[in-house]
Amino acid sequence: MSLDPRIQPASTDPSLIRNFCIIAHIDHGKSTLADRMLGITGVVSERASRAQYLDRMDIERERGITIKSQAVRMPWEVEGGAHALNMIDTPGHVDFSYEVSRSLAACEGAVLLVDAAQGIEAQTLANLYLAMENDLVIIPVLNKIDLPSADPDRYAAELAQLIGCDEEDVLRVSGKTGEGVPELLDRVVRDIPPPVGDASAPTRAMIFDSVYDTYRGVVTYIRVIDGALKPKEKIAMMSTLATHELLEIGVISPEPVPTKGLGVGEVGYLITGVKDVRLSKVGDTVTLANNRAAESLGGYRDPRPMVYSGLFPLDGSDFPILRDALDKLQLNDASLVYEPESSVALGFGFRCGYLGLLHLEIVRDRLEREFNIDLISTAPNVVYQVTMDDGKIHEVTNPSEFPGGKIAEVREPVVKASILVPSEFIGTVMELCQERRGTMGTMNYLSETRVEMHYTLPLAEVVFDFFDQLKSRTKGYGSLDYEPDGDQAADLVKVDILLQGETVDAFSAVVHKDAAYAYGLSMVGKLRKLIDRQQFEIPIQAAVGARVIARETIKAIRKDVLAKCYGGDISRKRKLLEKQKAGKKRMKNIGSVEVPPEAFIAALSTSDDGSDKGKKK
Amino acid sequence: MRDFGVYIHVPFCSVRCGYCDFNTYAPGEVEGATREGYVEAALGEMAQAHVAMAGDSRPASTVFFGGGTPTMLDPTALIALLDGVRGTWGIAPGAEISTEANPDSVSAASLSALASAGFTRVSFGMQSAVPHVLKTLERTHNPDNVAKAVGWAKQAGLAVSLDLIYGTPGESLEDWQSSLDAAVILEPDHVSAYALVIEPGTKMGAQLRRGEVEPVDLDTQADMYEAAESRLAAAGYRWYEVSNWARVPEQACRHNLAYWRSQDWWGIGPGAHSYLGPRVGATAERWWNVKHPRAYAARIGAGQSPEQEREPLSANDLALESVMLQIRLAEGIPREAVAADKTGQIAALIGDGLLDGRAALAGRLVLTMRGRLLADAAVRALT
Repeated sequence: MSLDPRIQPASTDPSLIRNFCIIAHIDHGKSTLADRMLGITGVVSERASRAQYLDRMDIERERGITIKSQAVRMPWEVEGGAHALNMIDTPGHVDFSYEVSRSLAACEGAVLLVDAAQGIEAQTLANLYLAMENDLVIIPVLNKIDLPSADPDRYAAELAQLIGCDEEDVLRVSGKTGEGVPELLDRVVRDIPPPVGDASAPTRAMIFDSVYDTYRGVVTYIRVIDGALKPKEKIAMMSTLATHELLEIGVISPEPVPTKGLGVGEVGYLITGVKDVRLSKVGDTVTLANNRAAESLGGYRDPRPMVYSGLFPLDGSDFPILRDALDKLQLNDASLVYEPESSVALGFGFRCGYLGLLHLEIVRDRLEREFNIDLISTAPNVVYQVTMDDGKIHEVTNPSEFPGGKIAEVREPVVKASILVPSEFIGTVMELCQERRGTMGTMNYLSETRVEMHYTLPLAEVVFDFFDQLKSRTKGYGSLDYEPDGDQAADLVKVDILLQGETVDAFSAVVHKDAAYAYGLSMVGKLRKLIDRQQFEIPIQAAVGARVIARETIKAIRKDVLAKCYGGDISRKRKLLEKQKAGKKRMKNIGSVEVPPEAFIAALSTSDDGSDKGKKK
Repeated sequence: MRDFGVYIHVPFCSVRCGYCDFNTYAPGEVEGATREGYVEAALGEMAQAHVAMAGDSRPASTVFFGGGTPTMLDPTALIALLDGVRGTWGIAPGAEISTEANPDSVSAASLSALASAGFTRVSFGMQSAVPHVLKTLERTHNPDNVAKAVGWAKQAGLAVSLDLIYGTPGESLEDWQSSLDAAVILEPDHVSAYALVIEPGTKMGAQLRRGEVEPVDLDTQADMYEAAESRLAAAGYRWYEVSNWARVPEQACRHNLAYWRSQDWWGIGPGAHSYLGPRVGATAERWWNVKHPRAYAARIGAGQSPEQEREPLSANDLALESVMLQIRLAEGIPREAVAADKTGQIAALIGDGLLDGRAALAGRLVLTMRGRLLADAAVRALT
């Protein structure tokens, strides 16, 4: 592709640059639209384009979501004038809200992309707020107008009301057919202001993403604010003052292309040869080692895990493999934290901290898929502050370590949640939030039929299948966004589960006192269904302290033999036996009880059978 | 040297029972098959076997006609097939020659004809003596006919076995006990009692899926098995395999014993399975014929093998199978039949009451009463 000399990287006038991102809900068509833009601008030949070019990892493609953002540089002419458009891809899920905020900080404008058949969702609304707080220019766009179920008039009115524009300003496009996409690119050039920076000031560039590449080491995505960066220069990270040599710097179009550098307002990548993303942190400021900027760009924050769960190899001898796998994953995921844990029931494993539930699932999936480890993950939990009567304070990240004895106070994290639903579900949502110890805040009507409800909820309740419940009770229409909002004192107790009289630490949970009985009852019921009958009777109990609150018994199996075995079915029977043996292999032996791995995620949901393991989002 | 047996599959029934997933065809079924050409085709397969097994001089120690309902064929047809076996492999002196039979499809004359031609044993599908159970099983025979048929068979000098089924939906423990009583009173030489397995592909499987029938739970099935053992033992029958009892060891079904002891056999007929163990220059293998009688007859007619698929068996497969099959026998298996590192598992099985401790000390692994009901668990532990 020949490139207009006016928009060569490192020598592009900032006035010709536009930096923007796309704010959209999962499955509202962001990736399809992005692909279409790459095609229309000639960055990717349409025929050669891999579906959803920007979503790189298999898991992302399968789930239809983008975990890690990237930035693509695209040329676009408006009235004969060449421009360089940097499209910065953003994650769409609440777990990654910090990453979203950094991506937004790298842009001057945002395309607000909304499915013309579904309307805006809570997470999109949350990111829209963030974008408007960052003074980004918003271009409202309705996507999928080719769908028969599209209702663009209705949702144009909703978007116009939300961002305070005319309904006519809401663009209507179809990422699938390409309709309206050139007009959208024109609007990006016209409406979004060019970046402003001081080319002569000491260099400052903001890191908005950082990924690990097996061949290149860490690839850091940056937006240059002031000054410039050139290959071979020595750079410094302002949070740590660590210095590195710039081995390579360039732009993505759509593959990495080395350049002579990056100037004010430009977006691209740099490679220093470091192997660990924690040395190149999202939100950090890059400056030059021998001409340091006085102040960093601000906004940097260390990732803070919100949810913990135990990860154990099904086969204990896989522990070293799991350790290596986590070490490798962490190279690519600075927000993953873990430390070794040993469980009486599950042996050696790791207690891992995640940004949220989706993050947890992604990590578990990647460990199983990329490293081929069979895992048992325990129910996720939050962090509790437990103050004893003697004033001693415990930070509890593992329910089995919840202290006994005289407790003065337990504090748990709470979140501010925003829930978007059609107004007919207001009562349903209130009921759900009440069950989950929520406190209602304000309620805004986005339109006559759509409401945004604000609640303060304990994070532990949100972690415990809240989203599944919201979805199922609102027929799929409800959407949720939440952010941390400090902590609160609560009347919490630890419920233990005992198999054959022995506490199984991996099943322990911290729940509200009023919910302990129902929780205990539900857990022993689920376990009774999930654990196969064995050659002896298995009592299952739930207990708070020494008090048993629920009990079930799995009767001993008396018959486990095929009645008939004649010449014609020996092969079939042998194969059945081999299958049964393989089935036994995946069981976890707790004491003498064979427990299926499913039992350990039974506590993840309120459904009766425990079969719903939350593979939804 | 292993024994050699011949199995002859006769894939015809007057009606298909709702629980049956065997390879059999009743008149009026969609894939209907006729009996015409069957005998000729079966004899044709024997001719092929004669060539394939040239150099193997073992005569048949056992011949077993199964189905289906072999007695749907005229005695002359069954006798012609038996003559075919005689001409192909020869029949060992004192061989056991059995046929399965429906009590409704035999007569004094037909049974006596079979006995004169060399048949030694007949196994009647009695299943139950309780009308509502027979109805659920869709067995059409009149329970009174069983007694007549047994009488005719004994008159003809045939050893008699009765096949029973327990655990039919709707069958109570009392129902089962009355069926056991009815069987014992006829004084057969041998009794088989099989738990009903409802296969997904059968009519009853569909009824189960739709909730039209309620399966008998495993605990009740265990009670029924224990009831069978105690009723049959009281009447002088001894178990020699998990589901089989005989009055004296000589009346055990030698053909079935050959399966459980991994002997060789050739299965003649549509869908029949064959097995030949390891020989000089050949690994053990099992193969089975195309299922439909028409396809089967067409293959034979065209001079082709009716084989549908063949499975070579590794030493591991054989070791697993021999434990899986032979542990079902009252004689059990020698300690050496399972891997040396299974000592801990054997001890645990003795401790759990699945294996007989005395027999184990004497070097044999033999299931206890509890172990017979948990035999598959024992096999999983031992393999």
